[in-house]
Amino acid sequence: MRTKIEIRGIAKGFTSDKGRLEVIESVSFSVREGEFVAIVGPSGCGKSTLLNLVAGFLRPDAGAVVIDGALHSKPDSRGILISQQGSVFPWLTVRENLMFGLNGHAPADHADIADHYADIVGLKGFEESYPHELSGGMLKRAELARALVVKPETLYMDEPFSALDALMRLRMRNELLRILAKERHTVMLITHDVEEAIHLADRVLVLSSRPARIRASFDVPFAHPRRLASAAAQELRTAILRELGLDEAAEDERRPDASGQADTDST
Amino acid sequence: MERLKAFLPSLAVIVLLIAVWWAVLIVTGSLIFPTPWMVVTGTWELIENGTLWQHISASLLRVGIGFGVAVCVAVPLGLWMGWVRGAYRMLNPLFQILRPISPIAWIPIAILWFGVGDASPIYLIFISSVFPMVVQTTVGVHTIEKRYLRAAENFGVSRRTLFTRVVIPAVLPQVVVGMRIGLGVAWLVVVAAEMIALHSGLGYMIMDSRNAGNRYDLVVAGMIIIGLIGLSLDALMRLLEGMRWVRWRYAH
Repeated sequence: MRTKIEIRGIAKGFTSDKGRLEVIESVSFSVREGEFVAIVGPSGCGKSTLLNLVAGFLRPDAGAVVIDGALHSKPDSRGILISQQGSVFPWLTVRENLMFGLNGHAPADHADIADHYADIVGLKGFEESYPHELSGGMLKRAELARALVVKPETLYMDEPFSALDALMRLRMRNELLRILAKERHTVMLITHDVEEAIHLADRVLVLSSRPARIRASFDVPFAHPRRLASAAAQELRTAILRELGLDEAAEDERRPDASGQADTDST
Repeated sequence: MERLKAFLPSLAVIVLLIAVWWAVLIVTGSLIFPTPWMVVTGTWELIENGTLWQHISASLLRVGIGFGVAVCVAVPLGLWMGWVRGAYRMLNPLFQILRPISPIAWIPIAILWFGVGDASPIYLIFISSVFPMVVQTTVGVHTIEKRYLRAAENFGVSRRTLFTRVVIPAVLPQVVVGMRIGLGVAWLVVVAAEMIALHSGLGYMIMDSRNAGNRYDLVVAGMIIIGLIGLSLDALMRLLEGMRWVRWRYAH
């Protein structure tokens, strides 16, 4: 598959009263078209900054972001960012939110297109509702639908489900996979949840602590639907956690359900 | 019935206040301060001879015009100052100086510029209500959450769409708050302005009742009517807060 996004040695720092803070230090990688790449890293390591750089909301101090062979310098509707806090407009109904980004269609079709995507994410019957009338999970669905409506080539997801409870998080992960099976998009997902990364992604990049560099890259070779409890998945999880510097934590968590398995070389 | 129950304590306080007022008058035997009953009969007198409606409508008309013009000026100005950094830098310091000046301090200048007709109080109402509304609207634009502006930017909408679909709806709740404050101030000011040099309005009625034979029953009646109308105006603005295009802000 051809390369969709190419990140060439980008670096980013911020200057404040307290001095200069280097957040990203020479990060390079590429994402193939239709690929789902998850980026994990310790909190505060600059994951969000990296995603904002790729999406075009920030300009790198050095290096370049190249999308489809062209230099990418500002956000556009070919790549939609979905953030942790969400940005569904509270003053518009679900349908009006979904219609927000639609340009270039006959205006008469806008409502139909919006309702189609409301249906896809499971919000049928809530088109007239206002965001404050929806639950957290439904809000995420609305946000996802609003992104899908404009047929973006890439979805940039910045810990999209981390504000939800555990059960809803799992549900939204399955929902996302179901939608992606229908409409293939290139996805870059920032998460601190290794399990989520293994559940969803084709490839997991592990970032170092600040200033962020890429420490390791893991392919996730399992076919969907994935069984996260499988030995291979658990092994991958351990390996990723080890890169994050969490050997012992990994071992503690594994003990109850996977006691006799594999090894760790943490001593 | 439930709502009546909720009102009961506040009603009790008012009844108690009237009782104390009456009792004090009986004890002191004051000849000049009116009893509650005298206020009621005085009010009835004003209703019967029709002057009450004249005064009320004169005051309301002045507030309506002055406040209406202030809204038409303050909202676009506030949006502009909120959205365009240069406009804010240019005008905000001036407004911060003008804003703390009491509308009462403007009275001599208002009379100098506009004479003693209707224009003076209308100008005073305008000047007193325009600043809070400009400030609220500007703050409203400044406090629009970045994530919404970024989302709009992400969808690559035109500047016009950004303004009509994001900025204005996001600011409207603040505009309504500003209008509520502005109308409250306007009502305070009209009464004060009418006390100076006019021949109609509730403020005039109060001063005239005192000057023309110490009719303190009519003075107190006028005060109570001013309070009740102010309350109604505020309730009217609260209705605005319930409208669907601003309700999202208050609903949680």
